[in-house]
Amino acid sequence: MQEKDNTRRKVLIGLTSAVGLSGIPFAATPFIAAWNPSARAKAAGASVKVDVSKMQYGQQIQVAWRKQPVFVIRHTKESLKGLEATLPKLRDPNSEDIDELYRGQNLTRSKSNEYTVITGVCTHLGCSPKYHPEVEPKPWDASWAGGFFCPCHGSMFDMVGRVFKGVPAPTNLPVPPHFFNGSILTIGEDGEMA
Amino acid sequence: MNEIAGKLFGWLNSRLPIVNTFERHLSKHPVPSKVNFWYLFGALASVVLIIQIISGIWLIMPYSNTEEEAFASIEYIMRDVDYGWVIRYMHTTGASMFFAVVYLHMFRGLLYGSYQKPKELVWIFGCAIYLAMMAEGFLGYVLPYGQMSYWGAQVIISLFGAIPYIGDSLELWVRGDYYISGITVSRFFALHVVALPLVLIALVLLHLIALHEVGAGNPEGVDIEEFLDDDGIPLDSVPFFPYKVLNAFVAIGVFMTVFAIIMFFFPEGGGYFIEMANFQEANPLVTPIILRLFGITHHIMQC
Repeated sequence: MQEKDNTRRKVLIGLTSAVGLSGIPFAATPFIAAWNPSARAKAAGASVKVDVSKMQYGQQIQVAWRKQPVFVIRHTKESLKGLEATLPKLRDPNSEDIDELYRGQNLTRSKSNEYTVITGVCTHLGCSPKYHPEVEPKPWDASWAGGFFCPCHGSMFDMVGRVFKGVPAPTNLPVPPHFFNGSILTIGEDGEMA
Repeated sequence: MNEIAGKLFGWLNSRLPIVNTFERHLSKHPVPSKVNFWYLFGALASVVLIIQIISGIWLIMPYSNTEEEAFASIEYIMRDVDYGWVIRYMHTTGASMFFAVVYLHMFRGLLYGSYQKPKELVWIFGCAIYLAMMAEGFLGYVLPYGQMSYWGAQVIISLFGAIPYIGDSLELWVRGDYYISGITVSRFFALHVVALPLVLIALVLLHLIALHEVGAGNPEGVDIEEFLDDDGIPLDSVPFFPYKVLNAFVAIGVFMTVFAIIMFFFPEGGGYFIEMANFQEANPLVTPIILRLFGITHHIMQC
């Protein structure tokens, strides 16, 4: 009986399978890409403008950018000075663990020396931290010097959104791209690329 | 007349193994004679699955999966649709009871070693069912688009964000938007009502087919396959019908009573089954003060 040589057949099967399988990524592309934000969702997520000149000193407002809360805080001289006192409690005072957009420009972390602009979404699991500017003992911290407290899992941040040591949140609240044009604050773009 | 019916059935049965399948998986399936009440929760779980499928189909009809209307359509079901409230509470109670009976079913498995050879695959399929159930519960919880839906989903989706490098873009991809919007709700809706139920039903069938291949265990751990009668049926077993079926009906009766009491009198479970914050429409700017980690998402969040 003649010994059958299957090499040729195996090579052909292998090649056919490879060509067939190479189609999978192409076929999968529309299904995966359809889950990306649509053009309409992207347009709705463009920048927002807000007039911050009417804000009182010490006041915090929430601006919705991409339906996410962005906190704008107009600092008093005292609250900026108070940042010093909280420094030893901070995990990452210079925001080295995140992409800090305007590092070293202002104490406020923003492009202005008076306003702080931070994303109001806890870096732990995405809740919205609450603003507690009072300098007084709090249930969660006896030497509270003002800042943000997250009601979900007790993460704490200082007045400019820098995270405390020993809380669940891993990083500082990020500063979104923004720029000031007079008293008009634009959140969502830098003003430099345009 | 009987003769014609018999002929018709014979024609069918010689083309589709109706009698054979029915006897093999239901009527004549041998069950160890000494199983106790712990072995009833599997049957109860399949009853809840059927309740969920039927009430779910009826909920799809009046529900609206858009950002503007999702929350209002739930209130519409509760107030304006005849018996809509009972169908919705059946579905929410069923979801909680599904987990309850499955936990008892799993406890039985651990207690009597149902994961051991030769039932490893039965156990693994069961674990897969549990995972699919958690995903199903989470997706369903987002659909009313209340405050707890929104913030629960926010927390769960940001778990993806913890994956290094691709986390943020993965989160964006899962949501399809910069926040949990109507886009997210409608895709969760598709997964909740079509994709995952198909997976779940397929897994349940695999679970049962594998179980019927290797046979159920029993509290004493006796290998009933050791002594067979002349037909190859284990001597220490009884056929599923009527012995275990009637047994199960008593259990189903008790279970349905408990189910009905919860559904009619405590559907919100004092804020544990349906959290109070979920009676408010989703607001991306305000986190509920107490984000209580209970209800269905409880299981996932605690993991």
